[in-house]
This record gives sequence, structure tokens and C-alpha cells, in this order.
Amino acid sequence: MKKTLSVLLAAGIAYLPLSAYAQDGAQEPVAATGDVASPEDAGVVAVEEEHAAEAAEEGHAETPHYPLKKPEEVDWSFDGPFGTWDLAQLQRGFQVYREVCSACHSMNFVAFRNLEALGYSEDQISSLAGEYTVQDGPDDTGEMFERPAVGSDYLPAPYPNPQAAAASNNGAVPPDLSLIAKARAVERGFPTFVFDIFTQYAEAGPDYIHALLTGYGEEPPAGVQVMDGTYYNPYFISSAALAMPQPIYEDQVTYSDGAPQTVEQYSRDVTAFLMWAAEPHMTERKATGFVTMIFLIVFAVLLFLVKRRVWASTPH
Amino acid sequence: MSVNDSTEPNRRDFLYIATGAVGAVGAAAVIWPFIDQMNPDAATLALASIDVDVSQVAEGQSITAKWRGKPIFIRQRTAQEIEEAKAVDLSELKDPLARNANIPGDAPASDENRAAEGKEAWLVMVGVCTHLGCIPLGQAGPYDGYFCPCHGSAYDTAGRIRSGPASENMAIPPFAFSDDTTITIG
Amino acid sequence: MSGHSSYVPSNGIMRWLDARLPLPRMVYDSFVAYPVPRNLNYAYTFGGILAIFLGIQILTGIVLAMHYAAASSLAFESVEKIMRDVNWGWMLRYMHANGASFFFVAVYLHIARGLYYGSYKAPREVLWILGVVIFLLMMATAFMGYVLPWGQMSFWGATVITGFFTAFPLVGDPIQTLLLGGFSVENPTLNRFFSLHYLLPFMIAGVVILHVWALHVTGQTNPTGVEVKSSKDTVPFTPHATVKDGLAMVVFLLAFAYFVFYLPNFLGHPDNYIEANPLKTPSHIVPEWYFLPFYAMLRAITFNIGPIDSKLGGVLVMFGSIIILFFLPWLDTSRVRSTAYRPIYKIFFWIFVANAIMLGWLGAKPAETPYTELALIGTIYYFAHFLIVLPVLGLIETPRKLPNSITEAVLAKHAKSGGSVTPEGATASPETKG
Repeated sequence: MKKTLSVLLAAGIAYLPLSAYAQDGAQEPVAATGDVASPEDAGVVAVEEEHAAEAAEEGHAETPHYPLKKPEEVDWSFDGPFGTWDLAQLQRGFQVYREVCSACHSMNFVAFRNLEALGYSEDQISSLAGEYTVQDGPDDTGEMFERPAVGSDYLPAPYPNPQAAAASNNGAVPPDLSLIAKARAVERGFPTFVFDIFTQYAEAGPDYIHALLTGYGEEPPAGVQVMDGTYYNPYFISSAALAMPQPIYEDQVTYSDGAPQTVEQYSRDVTAFLMWAAEPHMTERKATGFVTMIFLIVFAVLLFLVKRRVWASTPH
Repeated sequence: MSVNDSTEPNRRDFLYIATGAVGAVGAAAVIWPFIDQMNPDAATLALASIDVDVSQVAEGQSITAKWRGKPIFIRQRTAQEIEEAKAVDLSELKDPLARNANIPGDAPASDENRAAEGKEAWLVMVGVCTHLGCIPLGQAGPYDGYFCPCHGSAYDTAGRIRSGPASENMAIPPFAFSDDTTITIG
Repeated sequence: MSGHSSYVPSNGIMRWLDARLPLPRMVYDSFVAYPVPRNLNYAYTFGGILAIFLGIQILTGIVLAMHYAAASSLAFESVEKIMRDVNWGWMLRYMHANGASFFFVAVYLHIARGLYYGSYKAPREVLWILGVVIFLLMMATAFMGYVLPWGQMSFWGATVITGFFTAFPLVGDPIQTLLLGGFSVENPTLNRFFSLHYLLPFMIAGVVILHVWALHVTGQTNPTGVEVKSSKDTVPFTPHATVKDGLAMVVFLLAFAYFVFYLPNFLGHPDNYIEANPLKTPSHIVPEWYFLPFYAMLRAITFNIGPIDSKLGGVLVMFGSIIILFFLPWLDTSRVRSTAYRPIYKIFFWIFVANAIMLGWLGAKPAETPYTELALIGTIYYFAHFLIVLPVLGLIETPRKLPNSITEAVLAKHAKSGGSVTPEGATASPETKG
């Protein structure tokens, strides 16, 4: 199976120029609007102020539309019909998760054994798992006990339950990250969502996470209220500020492979890792899809020829 | 019935056969995932090995561990039991093979080949009767070994089938002593 | 299934079986020799496509049920286990989820074809009504299936939709409690939805058999709307329709596979990857795309109509939008079946389609100005189409001249396009329609 996959992927590379062209087409205009985004957004805020004033007059609140800024489209290694994981990136992303995110965020659906897909060997995974302790039991005396984790254990959560998580984080529960890359997406709107079908844009989740992680540090514009204990981020999907402070800074995680230790790089790496965690079978899926599409096209052509022949002497 | 009046029967036949063949290949390929999904999933396969602490098992005592949902009998046999097992003439055995996953499949069912390697007192085996899957009782039956209450199969002190409807010796799972008091099964 | 049979058993075993259980005869009469109009276009292939999709949904559903746990504490996790650990689980689940969407794509095109070519008119009223029953069962099945993954949208969709019943005075609240098995959507709700979600597809299959039976009694309509008059007008189902349907199915499956393998979550909602939380409503609840037009109509009624409050009004309008389809055969007064020969109605038909699409778009928009107002206009037009346009237009419209027969229409078309014409036409149809 692995062999077939690589052959197919190789076949896929032959088509890359085509799909790359399609992506360029889709991305360039967006990048362009990204450049002029700031004045526009100022406009959005101004409009909101007007709305707020109107709302105050009419005595009802107008719902503002979030996020204030749309995420920028990032060029991911895994996008498009022949997308694949960049294993080095996934490993860096896992490192960022371990050293930074995992302090507050659980990853309940990812087991140590799954990390084999990131290119780690079984021994590496055993020793990695061994660094964690998990609760097991009950033993023969009926007591629960702690033991080193093994490959089949799931990544241990930072908090024993949501109540404990909320208590430690000002009442906001840090969401589980196993599925976060599929559980968040900024609406694309008409007609963009129609074009997305043809460009195979399925990276709204990763683009959002990347935008959120790199979107801290801006001053909130006038008219936007930031409550105590929340942090302004114009990319946050459901309000102007969120309970999570900027999670990562330059040089916070030391990479061993010489990748730049910037917030931008950290965000890309951890986002790629989160996408893998949410959809571990993605490359398998796309490779299977390629075979299926080829098969169906061939079958359709054959059926078309048969159909034409069957109907040849029957005007219809 | 007449399908069509084509003037080129050969090409027509080829086209029909090719289309039918491609359709058949596609149908066969689609069936596989529907069957394969019933195989053990990745999480089940990952639970393949367990560690069992046997420090509390004295001579003449047994414990039962669970591995892949089946009971694993772990027994430190008495000298008398070992003696009995060794005394059996291999030609008397119903199943001459050791059925030990740790040694080659054609090894004879001698007591050495049934007991743990280098620790002849220890017998580790899947506690499932090879007849139809019931769990035999320990230290029971005509051969002082194991006796299956379901259909009356009797095993000796090395877990070898001696009488009754079962046809194979009880299976020895892949295992090893990872240290003096711990057995790793699987 | 009707008329005399032309089946001749090919050997002794078949003759023996035919005398005892004439199953091969039934299959032969229904799917081999069955005469279909020779001028059917590709709009007529969606019936076969729908049959395939019912099969896909039942098959993938049965295997998913082998791994799914219908308990509120396990459901979300078990779906994730399917996606991650079960062999091919990701593919089977994505097929099932997107299969529902494509099932609806096909059924909407199938319905549109029926509306355009007047397939609901006498003598096919029962055929049409059975179709509406299937459509209703499909909606119920899809809704309950969407609850099973126990994501945020599952939970809140279930809460909102079962809330419809509370609109009815007096009996509403007890009915909702009965449906839920509690006072909110909880474990008992999930359990019964799973049971019914497993049952309903087989009921659909049963009604489909009746639907096909009724079809084989009356025969297909065709783009001219003129009934079959002689064997020249028809071709045998196999191979003509079989291969054409087969081609359409494969092309449709191509689009399906594109979504399953490349855009599996495009038609879903990201919130459904968040486990259900009874204490937190998502910022904006959107049903699956295939319910959006009906959802827009539900939300369009924001005012009380006499004794009917806005909530009940919305629910009645929404249910009414489907119930009205049952009466369609008697609402259309035109004696001409096919829209192709009704120049004015053709315009109204496309306005109706555009209106339905607009309602779908509005269903996804937040409930605020100007969307609610537009939705109200769309809702009024939807009902006006059935209650005013169809009855009145049938009486005043002057249709184009109908051809005398299907064969005449076909030959005229070919003469115009300059194709070589063999007047023989469909030579391979030995049997006449009964």
C-alpha cells in the first residue's frame, strides 16, 4: 500500500505545476486585499461605532460581525489534491505543542502511538511516552496507581476535568486541540465558497489558527472594548478579544534543525501539527481519491462509448 | 434478445467486455474497505502487549492475566507437577506439537518446550480450551492439570491435551521474563 | 409489472423456477424488457442515481453502526475512533456524511425534473405522492443522522427542530417531552434517534419499491409530455436505459468522490467537530444545506397572524411548504404536461427555482434586516407558485403545439439538426405497452 501511495504521489508531482497555478490564481488577489486590509478594517470599526450609536438610540443591540479581520491564506505543504505532510514541520509543531500549548490544552484523541506518523521510531515513542505518567488501576488492592505511559496511552491532559481547567484559567476552559483545525473556520462568503470547490480550499481551519497565533500585539482600535482578563486579537472568531493571552514569543522554543525561531514559524509549525492531529489520514485520503478519480473517469469514458454505440441506430 | 445491430461485432464486443471488466474491478475494490473495517482497529492492535508482575506468585500458585481479551494462566508449578509432566512419554500425546509461539512451530511437546525458557517451573499459557473456547479449571481432572467443564477435555500439568474432544495443546503466547518478577506478554 | 410478459425462460432450471417463483420474470419484465420512451434525456437518470445512493447510505451506515456507540458520553469519541483507528473508517464516514448531501442533490434534481416535465399529472398522482413520502422520510432520516455524531450542531439542531413541536398549543410541550424522552436533548434522545435512523432507510426502501411499481404501471413521462402511443416510441430498458443511467451514475459518483476525498468537510459545519455542550449554544445555528430553504421559511414568519403566533406560524409555513407538494397534481390545471410546451409557465418555473435557491441562501444568513424581509417575500412567492400561478396559468396560458407522438418529435428534431434519420427508430422493442 505504502508503495502504491508513493507511486501515486510521484504521479501527482507531474500535475503539480497545474495545481500550483490554480493556487496562485486563488491566492494572489487575497494577498493583495491583505495588504490594504488595515484601512478597510478601520472602516469596519467605524461602521460598527455608527451601528452601536444607532442601536443605543433604538434601544436594541446590533450584533457585530467577527472576526474583525479575515485570516490570510497560508501556503501549506498539505493543501491541494497532492498535498503531503512536511514531517520535519510536524515534529517541530509537536515540540511547540509539548513545550507551550500542552500547559493548558489537552489533546485527548491523540495517542503516543499515533506519533509514528510524524516519523518517530517505536523506540523514540516508547521513551517519549515514558517521560509522562498516567493513572492506571485499580490494582489488586483496589488502589489507583501511577505508571509511566506507553505507546497505546493518549497524551495526558493538563487538567483532570473541565472544572479544574476553568478554575485555573479565569473561568475559560482551554479547548481540546485534537480537532481544533477542523472545528474552526471563518466563513468564506459568496461567491468565494463556490470558487473554493474548484481550488479545493479546505484549509480554513489552519489559516484561522495561524492568523490567531500571529494576530496578537495590535492596539485595539477606538470603539472596541477589551474586557479585563481578555486580550485583543482582530482574528478571533467570536469577539474582539479572547481569554488566551499571546501564547508564544520569539525564541521561546529551541529548534534543533535550524528552523527560524520566530512567532511566524512557530505558528506555522504548530498549526500543521494540529491539522495532522485533526485529520491524521489526510494524505492517505487524497492518494485514495486520486486512484478513485482516475478509475471513475476511465469508467465514464468507456460507458460513454458503450452508450453511444447502443444508441447509434436509435434517434432520440 | 438482440442488443444492437452493429456492423463491427469484434470492436463492439471488446468495448463491452472492457467496460464490464472495469466495472467489476471497481466493484471488487469498493467491497474491500467494507470488509477490512471489521478487522481489529489501530487502537486494538496497539494494546498488543502487557506486563504482569509475578513477584507474589509462590510455588504452587497461579494468577490469571488478561491479554487480548483472553485469560492467560501464569503458574509456578510444584516439583511434583514438573516431574509428572516430564514423565509422560511423548508418543502418548494426542497433540505432539509444543504450540509455543516462542519457538519453531514443529517443536515437539516436551515439557521443556512448554515451560518458560530457562525457568521450568513457570507455565504461561492462553487459558482457553482448544475445543470450543471455554476456560478450563486449574489443578483438576484425571491428569492433575486442567479440566474443561464444558465438554470434558483434560490437560496435564504442562497444559497438553490428554483426553476429551479438544485436539490441540493449550497455546503458549509470545512472552518473556523482562526481569525476574515481570513477564511481558505479547 | 404490468401488461403481458415477454419473458421466455432460457433453460430448464429457469423454467422450473418460473413455475414456482417467477422472480427472474419480474426482474426481466421490470429491468430488461420494460419499455421506456426513446426521448428521455439525462434529467431522467436521477431515479437510478438515487437508488445507488440509498444503497451507499445503507451499506456505509450498517458498517458505521458496527463501531458507533449511541450513548451521549461515548458518541463523539466513537465517531473520532472511526475516523482515526478503524480501518478505512475515515472513508466510510466521509462517504456516509457526504452521501447524505449528494442524496439530496439528486433528489432535488429529480423533483425539479418532475416539476418541469409535469410528472405529477394524471395518471401519475400516486407515483408523485409516494415520492413526496420518500422525501419526507429522507428529511427525517437525515436530521436524525446529523444528531448522532453528538457535536455542537447535532445537539443544537436537535434542540431547535424538536422545539418545533412546542409551537402547537396544549399538546406541544408533552409531545416534545415524549420525543426527547426527557426535558432536553439527552442520552435517551440520542438512543432513539439512532434506532430510528437505522430503521427509516429501510422504510424508504419499502416506499421506493412502491414508487418503482407505480412507475412501471404508468410508464415514464418524457420531455414532450405526450404519452407513449406505439412500440416505436419506446426502447427496451436494457441496454438503452441501463447504459445511459450507468453513465450518469458514474459521472455523479465522480462529483461525489471529489467531495469525499478532497473536500470532505466542505458541506459540513466546523462546530460539529466540537463535542455537544448543553450549556453553550453556538453563535449561529445553521442546518445542513439541504434544509436551508425550509429553515428560511421557518424564520420568515416573525409576526402573529390572528390567533396564530409567530412561532406556530413559522412551523406551519415550514411544514406546509412540503405538505403542499401532496396536492400539486390537483393544483396544476394545465392540460399540457411538459413545460417545454408552456412558454409562460417556463418563465415561472425558473423563477421558482431561483426563489428556492434564494431561500437557501437566506437560510444561511443571520436573521436580520434585510434577510428576514427577503425571506418573507421568498416564502410568499413559494406558496403563490403553487396556489396562484399553477391553477391560474393553466387556465389562461396558450401552449405551443404538441407533437402527435414521441417518434414524430424525435424525428422532427433530427431533421432540424440535420442528423441522418432511420424511420425504423426503436426496432428492438418487440412488446407493446399495456
